[in-house]
Amino acid sequence: MLNGSAKLNKKIFLKNVASRPLRDGYGEGILEAGEKNENIVVLCADLTESTRNLAFKEKFKNRFFEIGVAEQNLATVGSGLGITGKIPFISSYAMFCPGRALEQIRTTICYNDSNVKIMGHHAGISVGPDGATHQAIEDIAIMRTLPNMKVIVPCDAIEAKKATLAAAQIYGPIYIRLAREKTPIITTADTPFIPGKAYTIWNPKIGKKPVCTIIGAGGVLYNALLAAKELEKDNIHVSILNLHTIKPIDKKAIISSAQKSGCVVTVEEHQIMGGIGSAVAEVLSSEYPVKIEMVGINDSFGESGTPAELITKYNLDKNSIITAVLKVIKK
Amino acid sequence: MPHLNQKKLEELYTTANLIRQDIIKMLLNAGSGHSAGPLGMADIFTTLYFHILNHNPKKPLWPERDMVILSNGHICPGLYMTLAHAGYFPIKEAIETLRKLGSRLQGHPHRGVLPGIETTSGPLGSGLSQSIGMALAFNLDKKKNRIYCLMSDGEHNAGNTWEAIMLAGKLKLNNIIAIMDRNNIQIDGYTEEIMPLEPLRDKYESFNWHVLEIDGHNIEAISDAIDEAKAIYEKPSLIIAHTIPGKGVDFMENEYSWHGKPPNEREAKEALRQLRTLQNKIECE
Repeated sequence: MLNGSAKLNKKIFLKNVASRPLRDGYGEGILEAGEKNENIVVLCADLTESTRNLAFKEKFKNRFFEIGVAEQNLATVGSGLGITGKIPFISSYAMFCPGRALEQIRTTICYNDSNVKIMGHHAGISVGPDGATHQAIEDIAIMRTLPNMKVIVPCDAIEAKKATLAAAQIYGPIYIRLAREKTPIITTADTPFIPGKAYTIWNPKIGKKPVCTIIGAGGVLYNALLAAKELEKDNIHVSILNLHTIKPIDKKAIISSAQKSGCVVTVEEHQIMGGIGSAVAEVLSSEYPVKIEMVGINDSFGESGTPAELITKYNLDKNSIITAVLKVIKK
Repeated sequence: MPHLNQKKLEELYTTANLIRQDIIKMLLNAGSGHSAGPLGMADIFTTLYFHILNHNPKKPLWPERDMVILSNGHICPGLYMTLAHAGYFPIKEAIETLRKLGSRLQGHPHRGVLPGIETTSGPLGSGLSQSIGMALAFNLDKKKNRIYCLMSDGEHNAGNTWEAIMLAGKLKLNNIIAIMDRNNIQIDGYTEEIMPLEPLRDKYESFNWHVLEIDGHNIEAISDAIDEAKAIYEKPSLIIAHTIPGKGVDFMENEYSWHGKPPNEREAKEALRQLRTLQNKIECE
């Protein structure tokens, strides 16, 4: 059952559940952050509308900078602003930034400890028909290995807005991963969001003990909820932890949930290698070793297709999560 | 800037020479590092820190200061030694700790650990972009700080450099004065053989920059060029400074093999002998 104290969207399991792209939440967040703090500036690389920066551009003309199709420049100009008292939010598709600008992000943003917020739009394979060239599925792994960098993967538009507003208040490099497609709204404005603090979105029925914890982040958590609900019908009770902040990782929440359930399934729209599953395994293997099954992309590129087709083909759907849970509890 | 009289000029040349001598000593101690670039840029470093810049070595974070961005971070021995001579930190520390474990003088410059270092650099091609970010921040805050971005010619192979040249021209950032160390060498050989860059002046001008060209060892010319660049209001300025890599040490001059190595004891001794002879000449003039 949904965790009541997380104040989630009660209509999440309705057929016509409200859906919005995560980028819309960013667009609202950056506008609000810009109103609150005049040091916030936005840089974009020829993708102003699709990265939802148009409203900011129109409202704060002199604080918006069009860099053109030049993502290395996007990152390094951001670096200069971020060490001179500004709070730059730099936006492109995740495949290009961070994708193309890794060294610049490492040296001039992270090592330099510049106050840059990197918005990785259109991440994951669910970007769909554009195909594998535009499907960033390595970005979490790469960003979380950079010292000074924080990594946030919101699960819906509301959480994306909260993450944007939070990033504006925290000094230092932050990567926020966003997605293109409409994603079911899991949370509400009242759901607590504290960077670095994971929270439970699904609990076993009262009086039942969880046999497995599902840990994940991003829109794919919706599929985890569908899986949990179906498993519940078969009297298999799990917990789901929303690990929205991949770095710094909430060790305490991960360990305590593993202690309660005894095994873990991780879910992410990202390569298994180096991603959220790996991050969770890094914590548990040294602190509280349990069996883990990882749902994610298994060392392959994506391809063209509808988001739903791709999510199914690449084993990120409800059934794949159910299979993983059944497998791990039998291990 | 006040005009450079003969006495001041001699002082500056002497300072540049002493900085060169200390660069040799620090590279010998370090056992690795770059020789040619730091020696070639010593006159420009000296002119900036001892004549041009609005700065205060005792208050390195003074908000009104001009900023020097060293895009080609590998010539940092030149910057470090100039900062030390200007009073940012002890010369002894510079001579003894470059590239050593625990040192504030990292192999490439790192912001936050050493006074006077404005940004982390080393991987080529990102200094001008960072300068643009800083220039935009100063413009938003209506501040008059200037940014002097020092670049190598070799880093004009990099796409990031041209992305920045295009953007600074578009934004008409007149608070940026870029100085290119046009010494014609890079690691693998002569720049025009590795990847032809000319005509650099035409390229920059077509990207909406004001371009000046000078002898990078003529301190009067350096100072005059910067004065002219400051008076240009409608665009950023580039000063192409023709320099001799390894300047002051005959066996290092114009030899690309000296790009990335330090002198050994015998070579350092000979280099110091030559530089001291030059110093005597300056003082006798």
